[in-house]
Amino acid sequence: MSEDIIALLKENVIQGRRTKDDEGIDENMAGTPGVLELTQLALEKKISAETIITQALTAGMQVVGDKFTKKEYFIPDMLASAEAVGGAMDILKPYLEASDVATKGKFIIATVKGDIHDIGKNIVSILLKGAGYEVNDLGTDVPTERIVGIVGEYKPDFLGLSALLTTTMVVMGEIIEALKESGLRDKVKVLIGGAAVSDEYAQEIGADAYCVDGFHAVKVLDAFKEEKA
Amino acid sequence: MPREGILVHTPYERMTNEQVLQVHQASIQILNEPGLISFNREATEIFHSNGAEVASVSSSDNPCWLVKIPEELVLHALDSAPKTVKLGARNKDNSLVMNGEEPRVFFVSGSETNIWLDVDFQPYVKKSDPNIEVMVPEFHPRRGTVLDLCQAAHLCEHLETLDAFIRPVNIQDKDITEDNKDVNKFFASLNNTTKHVMAGLTSLKQLDNVVNMAKLIAGGGEELKENPIISFITCLVKSPLQFVEDTTQTLIEICRRGLPIVVSSSPQAGTTAPIKEGGIMAQINAEVLAGVTLSQLVSKGTPVLYGSVPVRARLDNLSDSYGAPESSQYNIDCVQMARFYKLPCYSTAGVCDTKTPGMQTSVERLFSDILVTLSGPQYLHCAYGLLDGNSTFCLLQAVLDDAHFQMIKFFLRPPRVSQAEIDDTLKQIREVVATPQKLYIRYIRPMLRSGQLSMPYPFEGDGETDNVLALAYERMKQLLSQPVEHIDPATTSRVFQEIPGILSRLNVYEERKEQ
Amino acid sequence: MAEDIIKLIKENVVLGRVNRDDEGIDEGMLGQPGVSELTEKALALGVSPVDIINNGLTAGMEIVGQKFEAKEYFIPDMLASAEAVGVAMEILNPHLAKSGIKDKGKIVVATVKGDIHDIGKNIVSILLRGAGYMVTDIGNNVDPQAIVDAVRDEKPQFLGLSALLTSTMVHMADTMQALRENGLRDKVKVIIGGAPVSEEFAKSIGADGYGADGFQAVRIVESLASAEDK
Repeated sequence: MSEDIIALLKENVIQGRRTKDDEGIDENMAGTPGVLELTQLALEKKISAETIITQALTAGMQVVGDKFTKKEYFIPDMLASAEAVGGAMDILKPYLEASDVATKGKFIIATVKGDIHDIGKNIVSILLKGAGYEVNDLGTDVPTERIVGIVGEYKPDFLGLSALLTTTMVVMGEIIEALKESGLRDKVKVLIGGAAVSDEYAQEIGADAYCVDGFHAVKVLDAFKEEKA
Repeated sequence: MPREGILVHTPYERMTNEQVLQVHQASIQILNEPGLISFNREATEIFHSNGAEVASVSSSDNPCWLVKIPEELVLHALDSAPKTVKLGARNKDNSLVMNGEEPRVFFVSGSETNIWLDVDFQPYVKKSDPNIEVMVPEFHPRRGTVLDLCQAAHLCEHLETLDAFIRPVNIQDKDITEDNKDVNKFFASLNNTTKHVMAGLTSLKQLDNVVNMAKLIAGGGEELKENPIISFITCLVKSPLQFVEDTTQTLIEICRRGLPIVVSSSPQAGTTAPIKEGGIMAQINAEVLAGVTLSQLVSKGTPVLYGSVPVRARLDNLSDSYGAPESSQYNIDCVQMARFYKLPCYSTAGVCDTKTPGMQTSVERLFSDILVTLSGPQYLHCAYGLLDGNSTFCLLQAVLDDAHFQMIKFFLRPPRVSQAEIDDTLKQIREVVATPQKLYIRYIRPMLRSGQLSMPYPFEGDGETDNVLALAYERMKQLLSQPVEHIDPATTSRVFQEIPGILSRLNVYEERKEQ
Repeated sequence: MAEDIIKLIKENVVLGRVNRDDEGIDEGMLGQPGVSELTEKALALGVSPVDIINNGLTAGMEIVGQKFEAKEYFIPDMLASAEAVGVAMEILNPHLAKSGIKDKGKIVVATVKGDIHDIGKNIVSILLRGAGYMVTDIGNNVDPQAIVDAVRDEKPQFLGLSALLTSTMVHMADTMQALRENGLRDKVKVIIGGAPVSEEFAKSIGADGYGADGFQAVRIVESLASAEDK
């Protein structure tokens, strides 16, 4: 029984069905329970949060990733699945805390001061949530002091900064300087992304990594995790 | 169910109604004064017996006549020419129904080129860094053969956007002569595609062999009438304004056999037609109307297409410049004239000036492909695989062209604006605006796999590499590896028994026995 | 005075003005005498035909050729100039004969049997006339026997054969054969041209030269003529 639910959950992650109202890809799925409902059901059946995550959510996302690489899946599919997993993670969070299981890491993300572009940042948020990270999205046009303050308070493992404009990318450098001044620079890995920036620029301002897109961001984070371990 | 082609909802037109009338009237005047020079005795007699004024202008060794065609003959012909023409196919699902008033476009290959361009990819090493190696396409021109034609038909069978087949390569095998060329050309085509087959006739002596072959393959004389799996193209008028002796005779004989025929004219603006738009239009329209009139005088109700292959002269060597924007202008004007007469139109696009696949080729081809398609000709000879004007055919290019036409067909889908769609979308807008991410991406999904969204260019390389030709080449090989439904063994054996001159190497069943 | 008129002839060749009714390229030329009027006038003034040809016509055509190479001129310009020179040559020919000067040579051109395409052949004729050759154009769809007859009667130094179709280019070979059978093959240099033919094809049928276009045809004829002179 518990295996059935896990299999169903995985299948619904692959289909990218967050709730029972989602259509997914295969026909006639609408109306049947989606990832959120199935996660609730699994918890009711006393399946551990860890099992749900590793065997259903992560296993499902792996299949999604494979399909994307093979060009069978497109970005909307990937995002739908990540969104479903992100929703499931929200449900599982209290149980994880209760059972003392650590999440993959805390991630703060913001579009820097002066820049209101957030498509990229939002997609990164969805994908990282779907990959099992705890994501705190500060929004757009976030003042440097606020970012530094939250890093100090919330102690994230990662800080993601986004900028689309050549005029606002310089703010990223200012943020890293401010982190140094506050003695926080070595407490957090800083990742930057956005159309205007590059690997070179990341090195120039002393960021830890540059991410080309959301998928790349997930890979970079996972690599840091492994390094740590 | 016949093929769908693509309906152009609001066809692009260059001329005002008044300009169309001006061209029409100028053409009528031209047909009467100066009239046409006819080198064909029978056509002259047909015109004469129907009231055209005829005068001999023969020189000692070259009999010819001046024929002045009165307006009423033309108007009668336009009345009796069918407004709807059906072109059949071996597979009836591949037949085409063309209505002169409906701008539904069918895409067709062509023309008869001499050169067949083979492609292969060779590794090239960078001089300053021998570790860097790239694959570069090499093109090898050679004279086309009948087996090449089989391969061309095979590929075209599998090109999704291609609606009918005009042989794109001239068969120049040593054992092909004037006396067996037509039967081999038609058999090679018919046996390797189930789409409609159109061609010009090389020798009138072979017409009945070709027609009898088509009867056998279609299943009988009545069946061929009902499902004309073959049709012909004749360029009976040589610009300016001359009925050629042999092609005119070919038209007369084909009309008598009741098969569909394209009456086409291909003047070159600047040399064989005026360089100005109004001038070439008046002349080509007169030339086509003369052919249409003759077709209806020979046999009332003959299914005929208004054929136009106008082109501008290149000014550095006077060859045809199909890549010139004016060539597209002339073609689009002709489509408009044909629609004015409610005749289905055979038009031309996609011919380019370059000799190999590449950037200039794509620019020139897409330019006319898009523009002429937008004007809504029913039967668009859009030159799949053609290069260097009408000189070279390359399978690889045909695959590239198919991708172009997929995009063009996609573009021409009707707009998806309706109250129901709008209501549905307004709901989405309200939902999305209320979310933190404000992204519509999730709503793409239901459309993603239903063919409602266009896909990226199929031959896109990774990163910065331009790998278009290599990727198209892979696609070409894949298409050629798909089987083709040949003519069945019993019919094939009857064709070989009853139709003289077909080369035994075209018999796919014989070949298998040998192996 | 003689120099002035030769200079004017040269200028009008460059402008491609056959006669006073031609517009040419520069403004305000209409109504002024063209190459044919000027040639007549030069003869009336006693200028020698050789002088007219060398310093007027040929010198003008040289400039036209340069302008074409420099892409300043297009084919229509080139043809207009060649046509003007051709007309002048017709005027000068009787005078050349009278003064015992050898003309550049005679050329018979034809489009072969079964083929009615003649744009190319007509352009070659104009250009060859412009280059000073005497051209007899025997038309299109000409069967091998008629070509043989023309070669026998006209005794040209050159024979130009044209074909546009793959189905008719074979008749060039037939024509070559007919020339051989009639013992005329070594009496005339044969040059072929047209879209489907090639250098290779020319060799295969035993023709003396292949011209990819009108200008090349002129060049080939010139080089064959100078080879013959040596």
